[in-house]
Amino acid sequence: MQTVFSIAIDALAYGMVLFVISIGLSVTMGLMRVVNLAHGAFAMIGGYIASYVARDLGMGYAAAVIAAVVITIVIAIPIERLLYRRIYGQPELTQVLMTIGITFCIIGIANYVMGPTLKTIPLAGPLQGSADLGFRAISIHRLFAIICGLVVALGLWLVIEKTSFGVKLRASVDNAAMAAALGVRTEFVYAVSFAVAVGLAAFGGVVGAELLPVEPYYALRYMVTFLVVVSVGGAGSIPGALIACLVLGAIDTTGRYLMPEFGEFFFYLAVIAIICVFPRGFAGRVT
Amino acid sequence: MTVAMNNETIINRPRSGALKWDLIGIIVIVVCAALGYVLFPDNLALLTRILAVALLVLSLDLVTGYCGVATLGHAALFGSGAYAAGILSAHFGINNPFLMTFGGIIAGAIAGLFCAVIMLRAHGLPQLVLSIALIYLFHEFANKASSWTGGSDGLAGIMPGPVFGLYEFDLFGHTAYFFGVALLLIVFVLLRILLRSPFGLLCRGIREDPLRIRAMGASPKTALVKMYVISGAVAGTGGALSAISTQVVALDALSFTQSAEALVMLVLGGTGSLFGAIAGTLIFMLFEDYVSAANPFHWLTMVGALLIAVVLFAPKGIYGTAVARFSRRGEGSQ
Repeated sequence: MQTVFSIAIDALAYGMVLFVISIGLSVTMGLMRVVNLAHGAFAMIGGYIASYVARDLGMGYAAAVIAAVVITIVIAIPIERLLYRRIYGQPELTQVLMTIGITFCIIGIANYVMGPTLKTIPLAGPLQGSADLGFRAISIHRLFAIICGLVVALGLWLVIEKTSFGVKLRASVDNAAMAAALGVRTEFVYAVSFAVAVGLAAFGGVVGAELLPVEPYYALRYMVTFLVVVSVGGAGSIPGALIACLVLGAIDTTGRYLMPEFGEFFFYLAVIAIICVFPRGFAGRVT
Repeated sequence: MTVAMNNETIINRPRSGALKWDLIGIIVIVVCAALGYVLFPDNLALLTRILAVALLVLSLDLVTGYCGVATLGHAALFGSGAYAAGILSAHFGINNPFLMTFGGIIAGAIAGLFCAVIMLRAHGLPQLVLSIALIYLFHEFANKASSWTGGSDGLAGIMPGPVFGLYEFDLFGHTAYFFGVALLLIVFVLLRILLRSPFGLLCRGIREDPLRIRAMGASPKTALVKMYVISGAVAGTGGALSAISTQVVALDALSFTQSAEALVMLVLGGTGSLFGAIAGTLIFMLFEDYVSAANPFHWLTMVGALLIAVVLFAPKGIYGTAVARFSRRGEGSQ
């Protein structure tokens, strides 16, 4: 019972962190049709900045989170302007080549600037320790990650379903040329969603630093995981991504607890099974 | 109507020039191989490794460049060939290099069949993700079956016997290098013939428009599975060559990194052309070797910058862009 409970909490926290990082990837992929392998690199940049602000400057966790999100967006905007613009609408292979190139560059620079060691982000006082639920104590940080995931999901749902920007975004996802013809400034929609996606990646990188430790090869190590989550969920779908993160998070965590010697065998077996049954992902649309 | 006309032009044009290009290709490979042997006699291990990876990239070109199947898990076929050749020698005592290579070809073809059956169920991004999942599955399986594969320690104890009973695989790698050059030449010629055959043209047609191919009465899926098996045999040859030349098989042979690097080399050189695949391998591996030796701290940044530069300035790959520029200039001067 104890094991089941801790697996459930860890799986939920892991799934939520995955969700926060990869939902941005899902939206940009559904919107711009770019296979963006560099998304994990932005999460890593966020983690590094938070670590620098919180540990080396000693400015506290909240400041670290805000700095990470803002600075990562500031770094990402020129990259989008100069590099990503060129690969919209190009064949998938070109996109893979370009985004792997960007990832390599970011890894190399991070390795040079921050060093090859693992970076920690000191938690704020109230997030340390564990909460006693009477029958079982759980780490407050795990709870915090879960709550962050829920807030992000709810916030995105509200923005996309209830605001006029959300209407324009959905229109651009469905048919960018038609949306542009109807007067939606798709360039603007693209830029804002890219910035939000990168900001969420940075946020997820900071919140999930305990589960996905920040080091230079972070971008390469988890790149595949994020891509898998988006594909299993169906690009561009928030409920799909949420379900995919929870299911895959549960499978991965259970596998690690019960059969650690098999590594990620069951995770990828499940991915193959799911894609064979749902070739477009859980919530993928017919295009 | 258009398809028929296109086919005619494709068939008619190369008939006269095809043999010439085959000959030029063979001469270029032989000259490059001889140059490598003369210029870098101390670095034959790297050159042999380039030959093995070139076979992997050629095999990837068959499915990605000619059939349009994007995959980030092609090292699964390469690694299967390497492990098959290695296990034949280390566990069964079959040390004839030709039998080992043959074992690698068979294992690669079987792995190709397995991957094709799973991967061809999806298209686009899910297909890419399936290929990633497959390579991790192969990797974890090889890691787990350590009594056969040596797990993360690698498979050691591979003792290939002398070629034709005469040429020992020596410490300096002379025999391995010539063995590799011979394999590459044979594969190159066979692939040129294959790609010019009606089957090769059918595969190109599938990349252009699968729906129309089906309307013409051919089954795209059967053709793709066949091509995947052939591609597996080629990749298995490369794997066997790497097992024979290094006399060890590491888990890296089955890794995602190896697959991604192969794809990068292919796109770098130019997809849909055997010359492009070989050129991409040569350029990437020499660049990587040079940069990582010159500046071990920055080499990843440099490789990344090279990739970005290629996308920005040579979108068809280095070889493809060079050919396009060359032919445009040729037309302009006429």
